[in-house]
Amino acid sequence: MKKHLLVAAISVLAAGTVMAQANDTLAKIKSSGAVTLGVRESSGLGYTLGNGKYVGFHTEMGEIILRDIQKQLKLEQLAVNYQPLTSQNRIPLVQNGTVDIECGSTTNNQARQKDAAFAYTTYVEEVRIAVKAKSGIKDIKDLAGKTLVTTTGTTSVQTLRKNKRAEKLDFKEVMGKDHADSFLMLESDRADAFVMDGSILAANISKSKNPADFKIVGPVLSVEPIACMLRKDDPEFLKAVNASIARQIKDGSLAKLYDKWFMQPIPPNNVKVGLPLTAATKDAWKNLNMKPMEEYTLK
Amino acid sequence: MSWDWQVFCQDTITQEVGQSCFGKNGDITYLNWLLSAWGWTLSVALLALVIALIVGSVIGTLRTLPDRPWVVGLGNAWVELFRNIPLLVQVFVWYHVIPSIFPVMKGVDGFVLVVIAIGLFTSARIAEQVRSGIQALPRGQRYAGMAMGFTTYQTYRYVLLPMAYRIIMPPLTSEAMNVFKNSSVAFAVSVAELTMFAMQAQEETARGVEIYLAVTACYVFSALVINRIMAFIEKRTRVPGMIAASGGGH
Repeated sequence: MKKHLLVAAISVLAAGTVMAQANDTLAKIKSSGAVTLGVRESSGLGYTLGNGKYVGFHTEMGEIILRDIQKQLKLEQLAVNYQPLTSQNRIPLVQNGTVDIECGSTTNNQARQKDAAFAYTTYVEEVRIAVKAKSGIKDIKDLAGKTLVTTTGTTSVQTLRKNKRAEKLDFKEVMGKDHADSFLMLESDRADAFVMDGSILAANISKSKNPADFKIVGPVLSVEPIACMLRKDDPEFLKAVNASIARQIKDGSLAKLYDKWFMQPIPPNNVKVGLPLTAATKDAWKNLNMKPMEEYTLK
Repeated sequence: MSWDWQVFCQDTITQEVGQSCFGKNGDITYLNWLLSAWGWTLSVALLALVIALIVGSVIGTLRTLPDRPWVVGLGNAWVELFRNIPLLVQVFVWYHVIPSIFPVMKGVDGFVLVVIAIGLFTSARIAEQVRSGIQALPRGQRYAGMAMGFTTYQTYRYVLLPMAYRIIMPPLTSEAMNVFKNSSVAFAVSVAELTMFAMQAQEETARGVEIYLAVTACYVFSALVINRIMAFIEKRTRVPGMIAASGGGH
């Protein structure tokens, strides 16, 4: 009986140490000389060029954060592994340690804060409406009786639902399987408007056959703080990540990075997204914060 | 792992847990939404199954007609066309390609198109089963019909098909269950069925495990009910002494 207790105690202790190690990402990076960055394959802030190459505003910002951490840990070499994530698997894979930090287009909200930690907000997404330029839709009022498309598995669906309630508008709602699918519905006139994050709309329009056919119109429907996501309960790692973000904002390099990915021609097609830095994002950079979506308000 | 089943009682707009798990006055909880999504899944699956059974039986029968090489060839082409293209691709063809070729189809609802897509996809598989069921019958059965002075139609109606259907009940049962699972592709053309509910609700609530478990249970339950119904039919239509009737060989 006592022996069993001892075995149990040892295994609990061992599990405890493993847990402690798992939650000290900096120590893990230092001992292994490797780190895993979670990236997105097709979002406005991070996407793939194929062949395991990942680029985009937040992907590159994540790489710079990791380089700063490498300096802080005085590591000669740091191997960065890229792990593409989807909306469905990003939280479990951050929780179980498959990725050490995720920098994509994840909204910081209260529900997710129960499962993961978020760094400083580095981008404030504005949910907007994209329409065909010749459709005559200019405002949310014009949407009455129209068909709206949005993408399954995004927070824009909720935004749409809330607006429907608040404005007492009657419109038909369809949902695309992914952003490309939703945009195809707008393109092929199956939907009159595409409601989605401004950066995703701008990116899809810039990549379309005829970008001049589309317009982003109307008011901002909601604002969502986007931030890098890391494991919960690892204050040291969060501090290091935030320090790097603060540094990048202070010396203006993040603004330059923004210009590179949103105002200049970008691969693979060398087309400009053309989405100027919004007041909301500027404000988040000026007043560094880790507030969830629920505490952000429309201005 | 801690569970939070309260998530189903949350309102879909305010995210607050109400007193009752069913919303009132037009409010919708995740449980309301789950049930409505289940309804869509059942509608897609059952309607597709009806189409599949009718079309599949006709095509499968035509493929066994004697001395009609053209009809048999057309039936074969039908089966090869529909079973060699992945289901998701077929759904996209029905939803995006066909309406752009035939503008008349533009007004057709995505729900109807996906029912057609799954129905025809499954019809090819059922046609194959009906054909093999008929061909599994001893040749003497057809001759017996002819000796009775039956027409070809009467031979099929009164002799061949009643036996063939009894033989193919087991594969027909799995096909009926497959229709339920295949109906999940309907989310790709914005039918608000269970898979779409799961993807959307887990994003909104961040309780993916609970949502997916509930959705899995709905699928399992639906498929199981169909399985039991088919097993009941199989038992009631069993002919004593017929092959596979006793399930135990000789």
